[in-house]
Amino acid sequence: MSHSILVIDDEAQIRKLLTITLQSNDYKVSEAATGKEGVIMVSTHPPDLVLLDLGLPDENGHDVLKNLREWFTNPVIIISVQSGEQDIVKALDNGANDYLVKPFRTGELLARIRSALRKAGREPNIPTAAFNDLSIDYANRTVKKNNSAVKLTATEYSLLALLARNDGKVLTHRYLLQQVWGASHQNESQYLRVFIAQLRKKIESDPNRPTYIVTESGIGYRFNGNPLHE
Amino acid sequence: MVVLSVALIGFSLQNLTGYRVIALMLMVGVSILAMFLDIVPVLVGAFLSAIIWDFFFIPPRFTLSVGSAEDRLLLLMYFVIALINAVLTNKIRKMEQAVKEKDEKEKSVRFYNILLNSLSHELRTPITTILGSTDNLQSNHGGLSEKDKAELVDEISVASIRLNQQVENLLNMSRLESGVFQIKKDWVDINDLVYKSLQRLEGNLQQYRLAVDIPDQLPLFKLDYGLMEQVIYNLLLNVTQHTPEDTLITIQANCVRDHLVLTIADNGKGFPEDEIHKVFEKFYRLKGSPTGGTGLGLSIVKGFVEAHHGTVRLENLPVAGSKFTIEIHTEKTYVTKIKDDESLHSGH
Repeated sequence: MSHSILVIDDEAQIRKLLTITLQSNDYKVSEAATGKEGVIMVSTHPPDLVLLDLGLPDENGHDVLKNLREWFTNPVIIISVQSGEQDIVKALDNGANDYLVKPFRTGELLARIRSALRKAGREPNIPTAAFNDLSIDYANRTVKKNNSAVKLTATEYSLLALLARNDGKVLTHRYLLQQVWGASHQNESQYLRVFIAQLRKKIESDPNRPTYIVTESGIGYRFNGNPLHE
Repeated sequence: MVVLSVALIGFSLQNLTGYRVIALMLMVGVSILAMFLDIVPVLVGAFLSAIIWDFFFIPPRFTLSVGSAEDRLLLLMYFVIALINAVLTNKIRKMEQAVKEKDEKEKSVRFYNILLNSLSHELRTPITTILGSTDNLQSNHGGLSEKDKAELVDEISVASIRLNQQVENLLNMSRLESGVFQIKKDWVDINDLVYKSLQRLEGNLQQYRLAVDIPDQLPLFKLDYGLMEQVIYNLLLNVTQHTPEDTLITIQANCVRDHLVLTIADNGKGFPEDEIHKVFEKFYRLKGSPTGGTGLGLSIVKGFVEAHHGTVRLENLPVAGSKFTIEIHTEKTYVTKIKDDESLHSGH
């Protein structure tokens, strides 16, 4: 069964490009040119995924996102020409699953869509997960790399489990700090830097060229269970 | 105020000097006013000082009447000289300002001329390629071999990437020029930053040898990650544009007296000595450098580093090649005491 995708973007050219690209990759595509139209279409025929442009003429894309997130739980990927980190962080904090900055490459777009859909279709309470040479047993809180146990501290494990459960999704610095260290530590990003570095040393084949825990400049980190370049 | 205080000083000196000296003192006051104030307050000052002199100093004192014909003439001359003084000084100041404005205008005209030249070349070249290639693909369908078509599509792709790079540079430059530019500092793991920048350049760096030397115990520094990533990216891109393949690129980071010191060195042919001091200037391009640059990359580096209150310098190395050194004084932290639970027992 092919997935349905709704493209909300005011630029006809971009809609056309996305429609052709997505249709040739076996997705069912519908288009909306305004925020209002988009919200109506989502409510009448909820798609499996929404591609939402932040710079819409009628409504601010952030408001459209907030509006959708009141009831729509399927993935929303933000497309934006604004590469301002604050804007992206705001969208992610408002419930967007991922973001792409224009101009983006088709390969990147398709990878993000696949990743978001994969995540959406997954059981929320799976007891174990395996990615390439890494496996996590959530029930027993154990991690294996190349079939041998990796010794993690409790905090390292919590951080890894949170990232891995959100495979493919960008998690903002603030979110990670809140979830792992608690709301009172949400500005203590130095903790996060140190623990990410420690985790990479334990689970990455080359900690300097991480494939599992990828840095999103100025925004956060993304767990990449299916590294693109392998 | 100035006139009044001069008058007061004069009043106290009245016994020592004559009232005619007071006139000169008041004139000095008016002249000083003329150097700093607009024409209207100066004229008011001149007028006021003449009245004050007449009223308080010219005998008979404390009346506006003037006793002798000589004093009447003096008062008139005082008033005229004060007026001329005010008007002339004002004129000079206006002319100075006009010259300054003209200078600035010429400077910005020059800036925009360079900008427009650079823009028209650097943006129009890739656009011409894209339009030409698509025209060919659309109208010449029968006459093109599959190989030709693939080549034209490649041309479009390369031109678009180039166009995007130029736009990125221009956007960064206008961010810097706009004056409303703000940096957002947060703790940065330098190792992460350097490798992330390297990753963005993977394609360009494949033919180069790389040596990265970042000590394990380097503290975290407070920096704007996005800006610093662009700085390292631009410096490395610059190296790949000016050195042959197989050049060794060395990246080092250290903490020296509370400063982050980041160096990027290569063993290429170095920079021409007569041009080396100009490379950070906007739009400056080395003589004979390949097309495809706006001459903005290094000035953006300088702008972004200076936004961190840091410095960047370039020097040729004694044997071969050149070295960029960035120094930034910023907050740093060695995170040592993080509360963490006992290690989990794993592997059973």
